[in-house]
Amino acid sequence: MKRSYPFLVLAAVVLFAAAPILVDRAPYESTMGLVQKIFYYHVPSAMVMFLSALVCGVASALYLFRRNAAADRWASAAAELTVVFGLIVLVTGPLWARKAWGVWWQWDARLTSTLLMWMIFAAYLLVRRFGGPGAEKLAAAMAVFGMANVPFVYVSVNIWRTIHPTTRVVPTLAPGMRGVFWFAVLAFMVLFALLLALRARLEARRAEVEELYLMVEED
Amino acid sequence: MFFRVAWLVMRKDLTVEVRSREILYTTAFFAVACVLVFSFALVKEGRPLEDAAAGILWIAVAFAGTLALGRTFERERHSETLRALMLAPSPRAAIYVGKLLGIVLLLLVVEAVLVPLIGLLFNVPILARPLLLTGLLAAGTVGFAAVGTLFAAMLVRARSRDVLLPVLLYPITIPVVIGGVRGTAALFELPPSGEVAGMWMALLLFFDVVFVTLSLWTFEPLMTE
Repeated sequence: MKRSYPFLVLAAVVLFAAAPILVDRAPYESTMGLVQKIFYYHVPSAMVMFLSALVCGVASALYLFRRNAAADRWASAAAELTVVFGLIVLVTGPLWARKAWGVWWQWDARLTSTLLMWMIFAAYLLVRRFGGPGAEKLAAAMAVFGMANVPFVYVSVNIWRTIHPTTRVVPTLAPGMRGVFWFAVLAFMVLFALLLALRARLEARRAEVEELYLMVEED
Repeated sequence: MFFRVAWLVMRKDLTVEVRSREILYTTAFFAVACVLVFSFALVKEGRPLEDAAAGILWIAVAFAGTLALGRTFERERHSETLRALMLAPSPRAAIYVGKLLGIVLLLLVVEAVLVPLIGLLFNVPILARPLLLTGLLAAGTVGFAAVGTLFAAMLVRARSRDVLLPVLLYPITIPVVIGGVRGTAALFELPPSGEVAGMWMALLLFFDVVFVTLSLWTFEPLMTE
């Protein structure tokens, strides 16, 4: 596990250094032009946000039912990343919307449900920070409900009439854009894996220090 | 056994409440005060904004519900009776269901005060589709209270429970509030649109099933120390 970090760091750096060049070379979308390029950041971040929420929910359920302390550390790391990548989604979305729709924000189903999901995981972090003893379990319950939200957010564009593009956009990308898009997805996924592993490891170290500290106290 | 325990827990809560009427009176008064506060915000030149009545009704229900949830479990905390309940040799989920039923009944009584008041103040046809309106209110209240009971029960031990309850509860239950507001707004239109309200009713029932299932599933491990 530990040995894979340098490789992951290198991969993330290379991927992110190459991405802007590839995005720049990708063909321009006929009606939106330059603004469409934000798509290569917006959609991969949204994918990572969904994945991260699922990781957080599954790890939280494991913590609740199996009492697995490591699962709790993974859950808290994933919750932080859900909030971070969610913030990227919520910032890049309005930037694009201002040019494409003429407004920063529109109260449609996809935007509202994404904001709600982001708020659930932000509340998760608040509970962990300010909930006092036993807050881990409260937070875990929050994550289980947050995970239940993911499918709704994903299908919301297809069920309700919204102005947000539907999930059919990605499978029907133009050939010149497809490669660049999946490259960006790969870059974000590697970054996510790296940050998740590092963050969970930091928590594990912290737990170890805590344990050692208690042992010294007892002597 | 399961339903008997749930029934007994609910009856205990209602007996305590009927004797003091503390939560009912304070919550109902708070809900009415909410209606007034929001009326001042959403009435312009003597005329309410579009769909304001439905929005105000559900805001009052959500706020009053949070208050009632907090008070109900504060009562259990006071003399450590929640611990006593948990020690009882009965299924934990049954205790949850009993608590949930008690809170839902209390909120329905509050809504019975709120709805005529809204009808009177905003001149909306509350009796156009009485069954559908009752169904929407009941389904919305169950969905809200299902999550609320779970989190309020867990928060009994937490330090800053008064702040944390709305922080946890609102992001999760906003879909229920959206469904309630849109469905009720369709019923308050002239002429009332039962079709649209029925669609939102189906969504509310769907959320009820998801929330109650998740709560029953997680209540046991969450309440084990």
